[in-house]
Amino acid sequence: MTGKANRGCARPLDLKNGRVDMSHGGGGRAMVQLITDLFAKSLGNEYLAQGNDGTSLPPGLGRLVVSTDSHVVSPLFFPGGDIGGLAVHGTVNDVAVMGAAPLWLTAGFILEEGFPLADLARIVESMARAAKAAGVQLVAGDTKVVEQGKGDGVFITTTGFGFLPEGVHLSGDLARPGDAVLLSGTLGDHGMAIMSQRENLGFDAPIVSDSAALNGLTAAMLASGAAIRVMRDPTRGGLAATLNEIAHQSGVGIHLIEAAIPVRAEVEAACELLGLDPLNIANEGKLVAVCAAEDAGKLLAAMRAHPLGQRAAVIGEVAADANAFVQMQTRFGGWRMVDWLSGEPLPRIC
Amino acid sequence: MKYIDEFRDGEVAQGLSKAIAAEVRPGRRYNFMEFCGGHTHAISRYGVPDLLPAGVRMIHGPGCPVCVLPIGRIDLAIKLALERGVILCTYADTLRVPASGGLSLLRAKAQGGDIRMVYAVTDALKIARAHPEREVVFFAIGFETTTPPTAVAIKLAAAEGLANFSVLCCHVLTPAAIMNILESPEVRALGSVPIDGFIGPAHVSTVIGSRPYEFFAEEYRKPVVIAGFEPLDVMQAILMLVRQVNGGRAVVENEFTRAVTPEGNVKAQQWVAEVFELRRRFEWRGLGEVPYSALKIRERYARFDAERRYRLEYRPVADNKACECGAILRGVKDPTDCKLFGLACTPENPMGSCMVSSEGACAAHYTYGRHKDVEAASP
Repeated sequence: MTGKANRGCARPLDLKNGRVDMSHGGGGRAMVQLITDLFAKSLGNEYLAQGNDGTSLPPGLGRLVVSTDSHVVSPLFFPGGDIGGLAVHGTVNDVAVMGAAPLWLTAGFILEEGFPLADLARIVESMARAAKAAGVQLVAGDTKVVEQGKGDGVFITTTGFGFLPEGVHLSGDLARPGDAVLLSGTLGDHGMAIMSQRENLGFDAPIVSDSAALNGLTAAMLASGAAIRVMRDPTRGGLAATLNEIAHQSGVGIHLIEAAIPVRAEVEAACELLGLDPLNIANEGKLVAVCAAEDAGKLLAAMRAHPLGQRAAVIGEVAADANAFVQMQTRFGGWRMVDWLSGEPLPRIC
Repeated sequence: MKYIDEFRDGEVAQGLSKAIAAEVRPGRRYNFMEFCGGHTHAISRYGVPDLLPAGVRMIHGPGCPVCVLPIGRIDLAIKLALERGVILCTYADTLRVPASGGLSLLRAKAQGGDIRMVYAVTDALKIARAHPEREVVFFAIGFETTTPPTAVAIKLAAAEGLANFSVLCCHVLTPAAIMNILESPEVRALGSVPIDGFIGPAHVSTVIGSRPYEFFAEEYRKPVVIAGFEPLDVMQAILMLVRQVNGGRAVVENEFTRAVTPEGNVKAQQWVAEVFELRRRFEWRGLGEVPYSALKIRERYARFDAERRYRLEYRPVADNKACECGAILRGVKDPTDCKLFGLACTPENPMGSCMVSSEGACAAHYTYGRHKDVEAASP
């Protein structure tokens, strides 16, 4: 296949010193070479090999769940991950927290002219590893190139597909007073890993992103048999935004206990330094679950038995409150609101 | 976190809460003003009011540098970015402060202004060194805490001969503002709150020391307790203030001895004095014109003064008529007394300055304390 596509391209793709140029998005031989020698090499499978304008996929059992997410993180490579892995995890997680088993992804790449092909290869290989680990296949893709200065290296949009098993119905409007609120692990790892890497922040905290695919954890949680009402991954806006969304959708209040919320010491220290609240910081490998109070123990045990849920905790409960306020008992003993972040000019994190 | 967790201990807080409750006299009201936004934030963030007896009321003071920045000053910064094409460097908090014509620095940035968020003035110096072909202006705001770094930056720029760097100086002074709250024509017009004592600034006091407050304690018979920004510092300071009031004393006490000395940071004071001098008058948002309440750059460093360099002329701009920031900053009104609060004025679309910074009285109440306005919602 490679040989056939390369007919007419005298030189092989220079993955060591080469750079993206406008011809890589131009629809000509250079583009075909980039796709076959770089993308297909790492990500190839029977669906991509169909080579048509669209991919035909087999029917599955249950309702189809679809989610899409664009990734514009800066820097592209950060401790614990990179934009490639993130683009897989982010979309896999959005499908997984719906209760579905993610199967397929599509990916759209916007490349900036001049971007090193070696970096692109690293990103694509990282996507391939992440997809394999999550058990999903990349079934369609697209590449466009924009002029230098009109992009920021690479932007990746992924769309995920999965089937929802019979009887599973999770939704943000199903939380009821008395339900328990669970969190799968420590808050703020991804956002602070990114921020500690920003060039204008001169500190070097050993914070690693939690970027990970959660479909294994969600499958274990569903298999526990606990009556789960809602699952959601607290990405941009952090736990505060996610819980406010659920509270508003369900028309309930949520009461948190600050002392029960796990935060790594180094994340807490970095937040302290920058005047940020871990509740507002993005996560890329954590989820929040709301379940019937009587099933909280069973669900917590299932989460803690999974490698990505070892530090899971019950962090609060759902309360009757027409105002849909999220409130928290502070470590100090007083109560305060936990509000949405109000448009703070934070760097791009996902 | 070492050196932090000790000052946020819930059990110690409960102990202090009981001690305060035991000290307050039944039927007496204690109105204390925390001057600094840092204290306002700590009080709201940790739910301190829930730990205070009913008779103790905390009034949020004007010590939030972003909140007191008048519209006209932001207008000058926007003008520099949009009309003079400078790289305008600023602390993140100032980006969203509403200015004239529906603009803010953030919106001016969207209109093409080269406005960059920096974490320290040294970042602005770096930008100036990296772009010798561009003019770089640092929008310098803040109380005595942020003033010494600006002074050092100007001295460095002078030593290096950094010709493309200048500072739009909006540094203001704490003692002048406290005096203004205690007596000014506006206080007479708006009515005054019987303030029984002050929680004195934390970081500002590390620079200026505890001595400058002795005047207020003596002249106005107001107790002052200088306190750190941690919630236990605040609780301890409230206890000390209650004791002073009960004992009929009015002196300066220092709860923040781990950082504040009577003299303060003398070296920093020298740098500030070398680079800056007093302005005869300066407009504060909410307080109006306050005499000798701000700093300007000395003649010797005139070439680093953006106001002189670009011949900027300050034009005062009135706040929205319905905005109660002035009364709120003086403690005469609560955020919820304002018709705009939570409706036309929210952290997303601030009309008044108190809603802009998380240290502002309105933003702190909106973000952390809104549930208290609805009786049934509180756990």
